[in-house]
Amino acid sequence: MLRLQELTKTYKTGDQALKAINLDVPKGQVLALIGPSGAGKSTMIRCINRLVEPTSGAVMLDDTDLTKLGSGGLRKARREMGMIFQEYALVERLTVMENVLSGRLGYVGFWRSFLRRYPQSDVDEAFRLLDRVGLLHMADKRADELSGGQRQRVGICRALIQNPKLLLVDEPTASLDPKTSRQIMRLITELCQERGLAAIINIHDVALAQMFVPRVVGLRFGEIVYDGLPTGLTPDKLTEIYGEEDWEATIEKVDEDEEIEAAE
Amino acid sequence: MPVLEQEGTQIWRRRTTGQSLVRWFGWLLGVAVFVYCWQIISASTTWFFVWDAPRIANDIWTRATPPKWDYITQLGRPIWDTLNIATLGTIIALFLAVPVAFLAARNTTPSAVFIRPVALLIIVSTRSINSLIWALLLIAIIGPGVFAGVIAIAIRSIGFCAKLLYEAIEEIDHTQVEAITATGASRWQIMAYGIVPQILPAFAGIAVFRWDINIRESTVLGLVGAGGIGLQLSASLNVLAWPQVSLILIVILIAVMISEWVSAKVRGAII
Repeated sequence: MLRLQELTKTYKTGDQALKAINLDVPKGQVLALIGPSGAGKSTMIRCINRLVEPTSGAVMLDDTDLTKLGSGGLRKARREMGMIFQEYALVERLTVMENVLSGRLGYVGFWRSFLRRYPQSDVDEAFRLLDRVGLLHMADKRADELSGGQRQRVGICRALIQNPKLLLVDEPTASLDPKTSRQIMRLITELCQERGLAAIINIHDVALAQMFVPRVVGLRFGEIVYDGLPTGLTPDKLTEIYGEEDWEATIEKVDEDEEIEAAE
Repeated sequence: MPVLEQEGTQIWRRRTTGQSLVRWFGWLLGVAVFVYCWQIISASTTWFFVWDAPRIANDIWTRATPPKWDYITQLGRPIWDTLNIATLGTIIALFLAVPVAFLAARNTTPSAVFIRPVALLIIVSTRSINSLIWALLLIAIIGPGVFAGVIAIAIRSIGFCAKLLYEAIEEIDHTQVEAITATGASRWQIMAYGIVPQILPAFAGIAVFRWDINIRESTVLGLVGAGGIGLQLSASLNVLAWPQVSLILIVILIAVMISEWVSAKVRGAII
């Protein structure tokens, strides 16, 4: 469904963030993108919805090449791709409801959105989503009154109300505590299953990635150096992705975590 | 290199010897210039007027007290005009400042090479000329009266408001804008959802702050014939009616105090 072909990004400073990436994401597949800071994870997902303009290569979403679209076409294509951010990126001074409804901006005209006159079907869907993530009672609160985990749930609702085919998720748990991180990861993967969504999840925490996703892609210096099952991430592979370190603890932790999860 | 190696221990000093010497010499030069200037000023002062000043001041004080209280009946209308000049001028200035600020902010300007310098020029030129001078110019163009005062205040305030507002726009959190962009929002929707909510508190603060300044500025506009209480002040000064002058000053003081109280309340409520 999503196919990256020779996707390259060279910044003005000459840094090559992405070196001819080829990646195929079938419909409904959730994959985790791991790699050290500066490996190009963020750049890669921002090149897909063109928050960052790729230098060359193609991004095929179904049969359209996103890199060739004009501004109108790009807006339509962006509606198909929901994005979730590390620092939640909610509009802090708007209410939870307004934040969720802002996911519909690509579908409604300027004056309707400016006057907050969204179609009733959008409002119904917003309430359904808030109920699904357990924040129905918060609909009227201002976004900056919420805790980190609650904000990220609102961020997830905003992405889902777009009715996307694909979720682009940038470090969803990096600002959250371990327990909330797991809840958020579980919520994202569950919602993807319910709706048959594909997702690319940038994530620092290798153990967390192994716990929740069926496919892991490892990025180093803008190149894919691993693509396979989470169980295939041996200490050697992790060394290849991140560099020399004692990886035994990380991998052991996964097993323990799974036991805890099972016990819960 | 403030770290010195001495007998095996490393000694750290804030400055090297050379830097301290340069600083010491700088201070010496400063004192010398101050003494020299003092000498020149002293030589060109007519000291008779200075020694005379307390007596004259005392003379004016006795003439000005007590204020002519029943003159207040003639001041209601002028002080109302003054408030209106300030308020209308501020509103017009804000309407004009918002687009200028968006054109001047680095992250929202359509063209950093062509349009931004024009916006910055508008900001600098309106800010650099005092409202009294704007009023003099405008009286020549559109004739004396309240309208000239309103326009003078408006023009003078554009630069101030636009400058503070564009700085607020440049300081917004960019990820919120990114998030709105990623939903497929149009350029105007991005502005309404991603940028405006973030700068709204700054905007309200700037508006009341400038209104407060404008009340003080508009009290003197009458001196050049641009309406308001300054007109009365100028007339009273011309006929040496000191009791009236003192009453006008009291009225201005009260008006300014009220405006400061209001602006402090409003800003407190926003922040």
